[in-house]
Amino acid sequence: MSTLPLIAHRRPDDVIAWRGSVPVSVRQFLGEVGHVVGRLPPGRHVLNLCGDRYRFTVALAACIVSGRVSLLPSTHTPEMVRQMRHIAADVFCIVDQDENSVELPTFRYPESLPPTVGSPPIPDVDCEQLIAQVFTSGSTGVPVPHGKRWGSLVRNARAEAERLGIGADFAILGTVPPQHMYGLESTVLLPLQSGSALHAGRPFYPADICAALANLPRPRVLVTTPYHLRAVLTDQATLPAVDLLLSATAPLSQDLANEGESRFGAPLYEIYGCTETGQLATRRTTAGAEWQTLPAVHLRREGQTIVAEGGHIDSPTCLADVIELAGDGPVSTTFLLHGRHADLVNIAGKRTSLAYLNHQLNAIPGVEDGVFLLPGEDRPDGIGRLAALVVAPGLTPAALTQALRERIDPVFLPRPLLFVDTLPRNATGKLPSQITRDLLASLQAQPAAGMTA
Amino acid sequence: MSQATQELQNEVAGLIVSALNLDINADEIQADAPLYGEGLGLDSIDILEVALVVSKHFGFQLRADNADNVRIFSSLANLTRHIAANRTK
Repeated sequence: MSTLPLIAHRRPDDVIAWRGSVPVSVRQFLGEVGHVVGRLPPGRHVLNLCGDRYRFTVALAACIVSGRVSLLPSTHTPEMVRQMRHIAADVFCIVDQDENSVELPTFRYPESLPPTVGSPPIPDVDCEQLIAQVFTSGSTGVPVPHGKRWGSLVRNARAEAERLGIGADFAILGTVPPQHMYGLESTVLLPLQSGSALHAGRPFYPADICAALANLPRPRVLVTTPYHLRAVLTDQATLPAVDLLLSATAPLSQDLANEGESRFGAPLYEIYGCTETGQLATRRTTAGAEWQTLPAVHLRREGQTIVAEGGHIDSPTCLADVIELAGDGPVSTTFLLHGRHADLVNIAGKRTSLAYLNHQLNAIPGVEDGVFLLPGEDRPDGIGRLAALVVAPGLTPAALTQALRERIDPVFLPRPLLFVDTLPRNATGKLPSQITRDLLASLQAQPAAGMTA
Repeated sequence: MSQATQELQNEVAGLIVSALNLDINADEIQADAPLYGEGLGLDSIDILEVALVVSKHFGFQLRADNADNVRIFSSLANLTRHIAANRTK
């Protein structure tokens, strides 16, 4: 059995986390992991909802060393929680705040834990152990699980650290939640496996992001998204110096990348990956459009399909995105990304698919027909909202929005939501996208007519 | 409510509607209904956009460590009160 250690830190006094400007040692971390393991209820599947990134990490580590599997759905709406119960009947959630709207057996993260005695050893974890299930939307309304094993997660995090030059003494602050892949990889696993330290917070307002950064020792890293980066650059006149900026989840414009680099005084790297493979490639946005695969990873063309393999990828995996390999050969470590899979929807770091949204919309009692549309105009680095056309003569807009809120993440709620008499389906029942877009445009030109059923 | 407060509240409502591209008129936002979640239906992305607009128009920054953060966004009237108390321009 091959194993890899839970963390890459070497000494019990190394700093593994920062709570504001207060350091947390490896000794304290390992002690808390042991205490939490001893108190967890019996279920084997876990929804880790801790908002504090340090507590999330302790709870995750406790699950890993006790053989539990973390479930990472794309959202935590009542409908998704029902789906998780269906997939794993023994699932319970771990929370660190009193208000909790999730209908699951709940383990409250202990408010205080006894001090660590001695120096607990760093656990070794079986590389084959299943650590997490990450879910893609699927097209039938049922989330599709993708298993993440310890060896693959660790190799991926180490490859990311090597590419970005992150090692011991670095401190990492994230604006993204640890409950999604990007946040898990770059704000939890990256610090654990590079011997660096994570910031326990998840600052939201631009002023809070800057204050949290300024409190961290250098070298320090900001892990963020184009959306949060734009907000910070727009809102803050002076910025604390940073040593590395990391962005993912949506395309970053050259303009924003240039401004980010010059005002923070740090190189800005983007990360590309997908749920199935984890992180695959990086680029320094200001240096050009080409992506470079992580060490030992390469892409291979098979007919019309692009396959990712090598490195942390356990078995060759087809990519759904539109990719052009550099060079003439069938195998390459550099490529251009021309677009995400057409069905994929990504807003402010949250992912879903049009097929999933359409399924949820049409499953609402009273909805006779309905379709979601991607935002038409391009708003680089901003937020484009989805639109929806719906045939639901017996429902009010408020009732329909409330029903959707039970099923889909609020960032995907349609704006506008327009009621129509029928959808322009063709003879085979399909909705040609151009005709649907034209209908949307004509309704938006007469909002009063569009809003009435 | 004083006339000045009413004018500020109208101004804030107008800023919210234009910043978020909402499909309603500013005077349709009820002063005491929740902005977040089930009332006006704003989400965390919207709240950040509103924070940027507040910073730009009224010259002060919203912070999460303000203990009143939840209350500030609990209604248009409360947001208006917070702006009136903290604005620098």
